[in-house]
Amino acid sequence: MNIHEYQGKQLFKEAGVKVLEGIHCTTVEQANEAYKTLNSKVVAVKSQIHAGGRGKGTMYHPESGELVMEGGVKIAFSADEVNTYATNILGNNLVTIQTGAEGKIVNNLYVEAGCAIAHEYYLAILVDREEKSILIMASTEGGVDIEEVAENTPELLHKVWIDPSAGLLGFQARNLAAKLGLGKMAGRSFQKMLFSLYQMFTARDCAMVEINPLVRSEDDEIIALDAKVSFDENAFFRQKQVFEDMRDLSEEEPTEVLAKETGLSYVKLDGNIGCLVNGAGLAMATMDVTKLYGGEPANFLDVGGGADEEQVKTAFSIILKDPNVKGILVNIFGGIMRCDIIAKGVIAATKALELDVPLVVRLSGTNFEEGRAILSSSDLNIHSAETLAEGAQKIVELIGGGQ
Amino acid sequence: MAIWIEEDAKVLVQGITGTQGHFHADKMVEYGTVIVGGVTPGKGGQTVELQGKDFPVFDSVIGAIEATGADASVIYVPPPFAGAAIMEAADAFYRAKGEGVIICITEGIPTLDMVKAVAYVNDREGVRLIGPNCPGIITPGEVGGAKIGIMPGHIHAKGRIGIVSKSGTLTYEAVAQTMSIDEGQSTCIGIGGDPINGTGFIDCLRDFEADSQTEAIVMIGEIGGTAEEDAAAWAKDNVSKPIVGFVAGATAPPGKRMGHAGAIISGGKGTAADKIAAFKDAGIHVANDPSEIGAVLLVALKEAGLR
Repeated sequence: MNIHEYQGKQLFKEAGVKVLEGIHCTTVEQANEAYKTLNSKVVAVKSQIHAGGRGKGTMYHPESGELVMEGGVKIAFSADEVNTYATNILGNNLVTIQTGAEGKIVNNLYVEAGCAIAHEYYLAILVDREEKSILIMASTEGGVDIEEVAENTPELLHKVWIDPSAGLLGFQARNLAAKLGLGKMAGRSFQKMLFSLYQMFTARDCAMVEINPLVRSEDDEIIALDAKVSFDENAFFRQKQVFEDMRDLSEEEPTEVLAKETGLSYVKLDGNIGCLVNGAGLAMATMDVTKLYGGEPANFLDVGGGADEEQVKTAFSIILKDPNVKGILVNIFGGIMRCDIIAKGVIAATKALELDVPLVVRLSGTNFEEGRAILSSSDLNIHSAETLAEGAQKIVELIGGGQ
Repeated sequence: MAIWIEEDAKVLVQGITGTQGHFHADKMVEYGTVIVGGVTPGKGGQTVELQGKDFPVFDSVIGAIEATGADASVIYVPPPFAGAAIMEAADAFYRAKGEGVIICITEGIPTLDMVKAVAYVNDREGVRLIGPNCPGIITPGEVGGAKIGIMPGHIHAKGRIGIVSKSGTLTYEAVAQTMSIDEGQSTCIGIGGDPINGTGFIDCLRDFEADSQTEAIVMIGEIGGTAEEDAAAWAKDNVSKPIVGFVAGATAPPGKRMGHAGAIISGGKGTAADKIAAFKDAGIHVANDPSEIGAVLLVALKEAGLR
């Protein structure tokens, strides 16, 4: 789960990581008020969406699509400028390299005091899958695309791996400060910040914390100018505060949220062939094979290993919420879950939802003969397939070829 | 010989009194797995009925191992307690026998719990963790065999193909594909779809290469991380047996988690295209569609003079 920058900074502040004074706003009036309250000559007016590249993004009118303003993060030097920028941002659509062409409507704004910056750094804490440990990455090249730094000048990206039983150790923080070329004062400020941030990362089950830029002010303080924080959804049960208070459902695909609530795993895609599968790997393979035979998958959907009739019905209704869906491919490998049960679920769902798009069902594994017999003896227009390849070819054909 | 789990391996079930643990313990006994008992703290001394027979429940894994001489333990404990269950089993096997296999089926364990648990297991030489978030491991026998996990036992048969996969149902597909060309399996291992797991592809390849029963390998990966690339590079220099590979997720969009916690393309890393390219570079026979695995395996076996 991702949160907004202003929420991340609230957590930073609680953890003891230095941030600048800022105020979260949802209206232009609040933004104008915030400027007065902050009493800072320069402020940053920052769009709050769950995607990066905001500064270099573009604001568009949500209906007309007209260009409103270049940049989703602006530096304002007066009350008038704050008013203009807030007006141009709130309610408009921000398109960045990470949002895709459709962009995201900005409903939240963060107005933040300025500071005199001496240097910009990069800092991130994440879980390294290959080393199976927490990894801290830091660089003197802050404020830029870190993937480019990693690609072109990997020697400027410093990495520290944490032994899970020892935690972050003093020498690691000290050496990292030295690698960043920090002097005595700034080095001390950096180490204190790093311990606070690491503590927050583990205590709150973060998946990733990225600060770009982390800055050294002219008076040698280390300050987080940005906050990109995400959390491990598996830790929801012990992080209720963050998951309940900070989740912004408007940033998530509504059908994906609904699917999650019903225990299904669903990801919306751009195609027109709905896929209903048991198992994540098989669900991906079903999408891939659909594409291989000229179709475009409309979604990823894993009904899980123990799905029953009710769950199959919910899955169908979720797939059908997408108006692009022109046909559905069901691919089940019955393990513990029996194919005859699934077949009954498919028939019940088809009837209950008055399904009017072509449906191809491929059943394999436990009790597949019984399952296929149930489908073929029904009076519904359900096409059966023996293999995934055959199923994909059939559904592509039934909807009249590829897109 | 198979790898890690022999047909007659003695198996404990952690969480045997829970719904999942009890259901699957029953299925394992039905298949022929030698279940020797279960562990649920606080319920020691009780018994659990599986296939009409009573099995003992112990309070601790160490107590259960001392009483039964178990070789492996399978975990069906809910996510909040699964990390601790893995560590308990690791410590118990290490102290009681100096070896043991832990299979964790549980899905949804917090990543930082797994970081801790995997490091804990790795500190105890001789102890192996398979999973979490996986279907388990099965070594089919002529009759029965050792099925440890949640896979449907009846689709398997004893044979010479070793299978390793990140995904559950795709593993079953791969099994069905080997059967479609009249080949059985030596051992099938689901290593799981979590970002942090125990046994990896390379561990499996190394032991399949050394195993006399295994003559060819099917390896199934998916998007996310670089385990497939690393395994392919390793196999190029170290595996002489033919390998057939499949990678799921060619159509997955970047930045989106595809069901499995680990199945995500992030920062341009972990794409199916990269993994398939690495497979091809290592001489792995690549199937573009899981329904082709059998046909591709047949070609690979023929090329190697095994058919």
